[in-house]
Amino acid sequence: MKGLKSLTCGALVLALSAAAAQAATEVRIMWYSDGNEGEVLQDLVKRFEAQNPEIKVVVDNVAFGVVKEQLPVQLEAGRGPDIVRVVELKSPAKHWLDLRPYLKDAATFEKSFSNTLDWMREDGSNALPGFMTQLTITGPLVNTTLFEQASVPVPGEKATWDEWAAAAKKVADSQKIPIALAFDRSGHRFMGPAISMGAKIIGSDGKPAVVDDGFKAMAQRIADWHKNGIMPREIWGGVAGTTYKGANDEFVNGQVAVYFSGSWQVAQFSQKIKDNFDWSAVPEPCGPAACTGMPGGAGLVAVKYTTHPQEVARVMEYLASEPVVREFSERTLFLPAHQGVAAKGVDFKTSDPNVKKSLGIFLKATQTADPLALKMQSYRWSGPIYAAVVSRLGQVVAGEAQLSDAYARIEDDIKQKVSEASR
Amino acid sequence: MSTTIPGMRGQAFSLSSVLVLPFRILMGLLNAPMSAVQRRFGIGGVGAVFLAPNMLIFSIFVLIPVAINAAYSLTGGTAIFFDGRYFAGLDQYRTLLSCNDYTTPSTCLQDAFWQSVHNTAFFVIVQVTVLVLASLGTALVLNREMRARGFWRSVFFFPVLLSPVVVGLIWKWILQRDGLLNALLLNFGFERTLWLAERNWAMFWAVFVSVWAHLGFYALILLAGLQAIPRDLYEAAMMDGTGRLRTFWRITLPLLWPNLLVVIILALIRAVQVFDEAFVLTGGGPGTSTMFMTQYIYETGFAHVLRNLGLASAASILMGVVLVGLTALQLVVSNRRARKEAA
Repeated sequence: MKGLKSLTCGALVLALSAAAAQAATEVRIMWYSDGNEGEVLQDLVKRFEAQNPEIKVVVDNVAFGVVKEQLPVQLEAGRGPDIVRVVELKSPAKHWLDLRPYLKDAATFEKSFSNTLDWMREDGSNALPGFMTQLTITGPLVNTTLFEQASVPVPGEKATWDEWAAAAKKVADSQKIPIALAFDRSGHRFMGPAISMGAKIIGSDGKPAVVDDGFKAMAQRIADWHKNGIMPREIWGGVAGTTYKGANDEFVNGQVAVYFSGSWQVAQFSQKIKDNFDWSAVPEPCGPAACTGMPGGAGLVAVKYTTHPQEVARVMEYLASEPVVREFSERTLFLPAHQGVAAKGVDFKTSDPNVKKSLGIFLKATQTADPLALKMQSYRWSGPIYAAVVSRLGQVVAGEAQLSDAYARIEDDIKQKVSEASR
Repeated sequence: MSTTIPGMRGQAFSLSSVLVLPFRILMGLLNAPMSAVQRRFGIGGVGAVFLAPNMLIFSIFVLIPVAINAAYSLTGGTAIFFDGRYFAGLDQYRTLLSCNDYTTPSTCLQDAFWQSVHNTAFFVIVQVTVLVLASLGTALVLNREMRARGFWRSVFFFPVLLSPVVVGLIWKWILQRDGLLNALLLNFGFERTLWLAERNWAMFWAVFVSVWAHLGFYALILLAGLQAIPRDLYEAAMMDGTGRLRTFWRITLPLLWPNLLVVIILALIRAVQVFDEAFVLTGGGPGTSTMFMTQYIYETGFAHVLRNLGLASAASILMGVVLVGLTALQLVVSNRRARKEAA
């Protein structure tokens, strides 16, 4: 009889827990990973689910291309995941959910990410659509072993772009490596150095006014550095249109003295380079106007078309909380966008001294970025500007066009895009 | 075949009758609806009824998308769906087609489009010529009596089995700055060459890789044609003392012509659509020297931050017109040939 009672109770518990599990509201996150952040997120989500059994969080790991190419179509159709991790935050801002009415403590949320909230909301809006999972900043990474072997001192803070190019050339010549200075083929990468040279990019009417003296000063350098062999032709001139190309493999193989890329490379360089050589991020090179990289990063945003915004807000509030952001940053080696976390410092979980040093330098660079560089992140026409710059300067590097033609084409391309998008 | 099934006493079932039985049952079941269809649509209409499911699927996946694409080419804006787009009439076509000098892409408003048109035209002419000649040569060699002929045939056919992206990646690993080819050259004391960053070399490799990847398929078609030529014609020519070259011109080539024609037209259509291997291999570069029409369409419609679906659709319609022209050419030529043979 006792056995029958236990059996009945057990069955009842099972049935109840099954019913509870069935009743749990499902929140789906569309997530892509550059490194180990997907695994870290899963751990964090498991903890959330343990504390909130009424909410089930499903993380759909997808390729970056899916987010880039398929998500916009889903959003336009009024569908999509509940939460999504994206890089392109501003142009789809109308599809993001304003979490403000659903958050327990909207004020803390806003205060924690106030620097970057404009990047993901429509101009003039005070919506709280999400938060940046990590900050990135463009900047140079240096093979310090090559510099040491060449007995060339690594240029210090406030060193100019010309000084950096000259030093890189000396190292490459001395060490017989093929690439002195490499730049990712990206308009975004180009823009920090251009702003350093005095480029203003945005006209007084708020429309793009890209080609000015500052812009020309950097474009001319890019062309010259390719002509005199400081930069390799196959990266900027090697592909067409807006195609991205980096020099990761070449840097990892010890063939690049200075690689202008960004903070997101740190984790993978640590994994791939190991102790083959020493490397480090260095302070941003300077022009007459500034010493700045371009900030950026990926954000986690709630989608307007979710059917359970309350639960979505709870997940977001948990993931954006200070201890969670701290753990996420420490384990993924990403720079935190949470101002409280950044202010208190992050103890990155790594034994690689190159990583600690580099992240420290990049973290400092995020705090000293030029206001225009920050503004470009939330500027509506940034995308078309980057696309025009990279495709036209690529043609110059490949020997297909003169700089003067490229300037005219850059202006035309942007005008066409602006007029098409404004109608 | 009349195998008696063991264990079946008193009845002589053959295997063939057992196999045919389900078919008979099925036909019996279909008999009533087929008769109804015939009564309703007449004998001529039965064909249309059979064709209808296929046409329905073809319409959903081909005709309707083509119509939507054509409609997009008459609109502008950056929205994905029609309700957010404005009617632009023929503006997108005007944008594409406005040039001061069509032979100089830099004088065109959409210079990248015209650059891609020039590159595609060059690629089509060179690649198709090389591909057809190489396929013919390979088929002629593989048709000869030789040791391990099956193995050699499979060697040439193997690249056809590979995905175009894999083909592009393999050759990229070979041709990049630190690739296999440069490693070999450096080993033998030669200079390193940037195979994919020099304009002419990049186009050469785009053509070469494309020929390498597709040669086996076309060689197979030609090999089938060669094997269909009666042996006795060659024996007669040999007895007459005809030379090899003359035999080739007078017997092989005329009798192989229908297959050769199919190969030329298929290769032409495929070359106009070139994208995957070339995109993976060269990314359209250096500069825009290997950017083909399909890449222009992809870049304009999908890769740019603000998608210009109208312009991309207009470009794809123009490309479609070229492809329809080539297909019509194939139809005309094959019909003419069929009529000649019938006569």
